[in-house]
Amino acid sequence: MWVEDVWSSNQFPRCLLPLAGASVAAGFPSPADDYVEKNLDLNEYLISNPAATFFVRVSGDSMINAGIHDRDILIVDRALTAQSGHVVIAVIEGELMVKRLRQLHRKWVLIPENDAFPPIEIKGEVELIIWGVVTYVVHPL
Amino acid sequence: MSFIHSDFNSAKSGEPEVGFQRDFAGEMPAVCVDKPTPAIALADCNNFYVSCERVFNPKLENRPVVVLSNNDGCLVARSNEAKALGLKMGEPFFKVRRLIERAGVKYYSSNYALYADMSQRVMSTLARFTPSIEIYSIDEAFLDFSRMAKAELGGHRLTYSPPYTDPAQIESPRQSLTDYARMVRATVKKWTGIPVSIGIAETKTLAKIANRFAKRFKKLDGVLDLRNMPDPERVLSQIDVNDVWGIGHRYALRLKIRGIGNAWQLRNADDRWIQKEMGVVGLRLVNELRAIPCLPLDLSPPRKKEIASSRSFGVPVESVTDIKQAVASFVTRAAEKLRKQHSFVCRLTVYLMTNPFKTEPQYYNAFPVCLPTPTASTPELIRYALQGVEAIFRPGFRYKKAGVVLSEFTTDAVIQTNFFDECDRSREIRLMRALDRINTRMGPGTLRFAAVGVHQRWLMRQQYCSPAYTSRWEQLASVHAK
Repeated sequence: MWVEDVWSSNQFPRCLLPLAGASVAAGFPSPADDYVEKNLDLNEYLISNPAATFFVRVSGDSMINAGIHDRDILIVDRALTAQSGHVVIAVIEGELMVKRLRQLHRKWVLIPENDAFPPIEIKGEVELIIWGVVTYVVHPL
Repeated sequence: MSFIHSDFNSAKSGEPEVGFQRDFAGEMPAVCVDKPTPAIALADCNNFYVSCERVFNPKLENRPVVVLSNNDGCLVARSNEAKALGLKMGEPFFKVRRLIERAGVKYYSSNYALYADMSQRVMSTLARFTPSIEIYSIDEAFLDFSRMAKAELGGHRLTYSPPYTDPAQIESPRQSLTDYARMVRATVKKWTGIPVSIGIAETKTLAKIANRFAKRFKKLDGVLDLRNMPDPERVLSQIDVNDVWGIGHRYALRLKIRGIGNAWQLRNADDRWIQKEMGVVGLRLVNELRAIPCLPLDLSPPRKKEIASSRSFGVPVESVTDIKQAVASFVTRAAEKLRKQHSFVCRLTVYLMTNPFKTEPQYYNAFPVCLPTPTASTPELIRYALQGVEAIFRPGFRYKKAGVVLSEFTTDAVIQTNFFDECDRSREIRLMRALDRINTRMGPGTLRFAAVGVHQRWLMRQQYCSPAYTSRWEQLASVHAK
């Protein structure tokens, strides 16, 4: 970490005698006070289960046709049970991967959303671990 | 006990589940005569720190992994594979480093930001399954399942309102408490990635023991219900008194001299002798082993009456400048916590100490300051804390640790202003608010007071720390799209 600027703050004064004391709150309450609602909270909109929701960062562009770009942030809900068609985080050979999960002819397949990448078929010897289901993508425009 | 609830059939036919309170309201006492036995569960995360690392780094699965203490001093968490290699809890890292590297054991510094976040996720998941939960430590919680035990007797599906209803998880309408605990365990694992073991018994002390067995024997699938033990001797005689919850090392030695070596012998010890030797606390503990509940769950949320911030230094510190920088940074941290809970503080204590485990000159001292006006201002608190350091610092010692404790709080609304106070309090509050906002948005320590220093030679050594996966935007886990 670098220090970029140093400012001096005015030193805290020792106790001296001030001229005037407290200010007095006065005036009428705003007529709009009764209508104040809470602010909109994006967390509330995007996250239904905070204990099971994680953010992860995308590296690579194999999911570009699903609107998921390199460096985007994904919102992942681990409480959801993955179904065919979901975009999921899968664990393959110890790595976290983002793919679309599909069941084709009774076989599970992890499909990238970019023609330059091959799908991964889950065969007998490969263990498929679903880490979570992707619910939203955060992408800057 | 035979007791069939009238709603049993409706639950079977797939009608929406009714909450507990409604199921049993009014009807229960009439049918169920004797008091149902209490059911206390201890949920304990398996090798918690290691499990946290594994969630974000699945490569660590099935490999030996250890986590080191503050300053990377000794082993504080070990995966089962690391335990199998003979690595012991608390062993100094430098002593076993050769073995660790030769055996390909992965090692990490303690990543407290991650562990605290994961702990909070586990606890809030557990809290969905019972109205009464006592968070006992970062990785353990006691859950009161007594209400679920009642439903178990009635041959009911066990739920708790708000019910957790994942149809895939609930197969049989008639559930035992063991099934319920398995569902709790499966949910925590799915939602957070953290494996937990659950021990159930009539008392906390026995639940601890049940949990040990649940962890030890694979075929139990992480859950053991020890209630109504048919053969308590067989179970309790396997537990060394040293491992009984609440028995310290010193008591264990004394008990062993008297021939009390295991939990079964302790359970059968003479009451008067126990009370004489170990007081009321000891007697309570022995009664707990007899399945008589003596330690109720502590359900009150921890209310902060004190904020402490301290650290052991990475290297012994001798200069007053370094101590002052360290103390200033502790004050900064404590003041942030203080403002987060919207309090103002009236009392600040600074302390310093040398390393009591070293054979070198020892010194400990503390300096309390009563603040003339309650405050939450970092620079003001730093000023008082540094005056405290000057008052107690003695040269010629190698200091191991320093810290500050803030105590005696008031809330925003009730500031007793001092007539001689010439500081503009409301301006100071606005300044601190701006400071906190900047540091929240741009990362801790973006804006800081020069008193904390630049180089911070005294900092903890944490060379092998994993990223703050859940608390820093720039350190999120990376997922491959390749």
